[in-house]
Amino acid sequence: MTGEVAVLGVGMHPWGKWGRNFVEYGVHAARAALKDAGVAWREVQFISGAATMRCGYPGYVAGATFAQALGWQGAQVNTSYAACASGSQALAAARAQILAGGCDVALVVGADTTPKGFLAPMAGHRPEDPDWVRFHLGITNPTYFALYARRRMALYGATVEDFTAVKLKNAEHGAANPNARYRKRFTREEVLDSAMVADPLHLLHVCATSDGAAAIVLASPQYARRRTAGAVRIAAISTVTPRFASNEVEMPDIATDSAVAATPHSFRASIAAHAYEEAGVGPEELSLAEVYDLAASLELDWYEHIGLCRPGEAEALLRSGATRIGGRIPVNTSGGLACFGEAVPAQALAQVCELVWQLRGQAGERQVPNARLGISANQGLFGHGSAVIVKA
Amino acid sequence: MAAAARTRVAALEGWFTLEDPPHLLGSRCRVCGTYYFPRLSGFCRNPDCESAEFEAVPLSRTGRLWSYTNACYRPPAPYVSAEPFVPFGIAAVELAEERLIVLGQLASGVELGRLRIGMPVELILESLYSDAQGEHVVWKWRPLGEPA
Repeated sequence: MTGEVAVLGVGMHPWGKWGRNFVEYGVHAARAALKDAGVAWREVQFISGAATMRCGYPGYVAGATFAQALGWQGAQVNTSYAACASGSQALAAARAQILAGGCDVALVVGADTTPKGFLAPMAGHRPEDPDWVRFHLGITNPTYFALYARRRMALYGATVEDFTAVKLKNAEHGAANPNARYRKRFTREEVLDSAMVADPLHLLHVCATSDGAAAIVLASPQYARRRTAGAVRIAAISTVTPRFASNEVEMPDIATDSAVAATPHSFRASIAAHAYEEAGVGPEELSLAEVYDLAASLELDWYEHIGLCRPGEAEALLRSGATRIGGRIPVNTSGGLACFGEAVPAQALAQVCELVWQLRGQAGERQVPNARLGISANQGLFGHGSAVIVKA
Repeated sequence: MAAAARTRVAALEGWFTLEDPPHLLGSRCRVCGTYYFPRLSGFCRNPDCESAEFEAVPLSRTGRLWSYTNACYRPPAPYVSAEPFVPFGIAAVELAEERLIVLGQLASGVELGRLRIGMPVELILESLYSDAQGEHVVWKWRPLGEPA
């Protein structure tokens, strides 16, 4: 087990398509988290930014960009990039610095401004980059989501109605979240009448890309005790890579590893497994989970990958109502990506913010009664696992 | 446009052969036997193998359909779209000997409705796009045994 650190404060800039500079969102979220923590910016000893690749050089050096925007005060700085897992890596860097005794209080920030439509690769003729190649062949992100959705239908009897039910559940959850971009309670007909994007997935099964920001103030247990009694704690952060031979058809690759000389492994299942081991807890102890529903169908895969049920049982778990607020193990109480849309470097941090609000009993209408333990799970392009366990 | 046969060029040079029948071009590690697609040189990615020796190998041109979908919207560049955009299918195919899954477009005219996961499929070459240089072809998958 790794030592625990305290979460003193969390904050967000609401998700949307605001069209402003990502730094504005980051500063807004950072100030909200600092206020929530009762910590002044000048007290922060370490700032950790989650990078964005779409906002030019300031995005590549997000930690310093946010530090400058908040006002240079000499803090140590870090920037992490791991695509959708960037937020977890930035969080892990801050935790490591605290546990190593390098600082007592750290601020972690992720923010993004996204273009409209499909996320696209960098320009130029670059056939050595698998991300360039797959777009050249016409293989976008929803392609991968749909390949897995179709597999569930063939292997486990999932139906488009199940995918729609996930979307409706998350829309219901997100309708009560002031930080969500989409707060509409969709109907089944609206989902099924939305345009087909990648058969069997319709537009309203697939998440959008959004602007947004999330920030977290972490502190050593000693520092936290001087500020508050009973701060929630980070019990684990998993940042694992896949194991060879990885058998998942994974963005942005054109082919999986060959399993001729090595046992095939499921990367997604290993992400949460590492976090449970680090925290010394199991999925049966969870009060809630936030998982990466890039498409509604992928939420079902995550039920299995984080151990809420066995492979092939996710549809039954969904249909039982267990994963809605009020059920045995609510999933995506924030509304998930279905209601937020993806703001890449902020997303893994946003998941943790939701867990913290739930564990503090501050989630308002979305509150899961007596929430004590939560997990987030997500995954970054090119082999970045991300899972965080938060304890009351 | 002249009616003469257009020059046929590989949309991704070195990724597949232009012969009939065509094959994807992969690499196989000379020590542990692991296959790679696209081709790899310099280092084997098996954590228990330090080989730097590979042979270029054609991959199986038939496999089993692992999953499938389509692209109903025009993908962004570097996809080169016809005007107007024509939706196309996409397949993930499991190659038994190589023990890997490879993606690719479905051949034009293949209806998703008649596909079944696990069915045998084969690799053909078809146009990805054309320009002043000629016809840029790429590998695509279609149900095994269908007439060209």
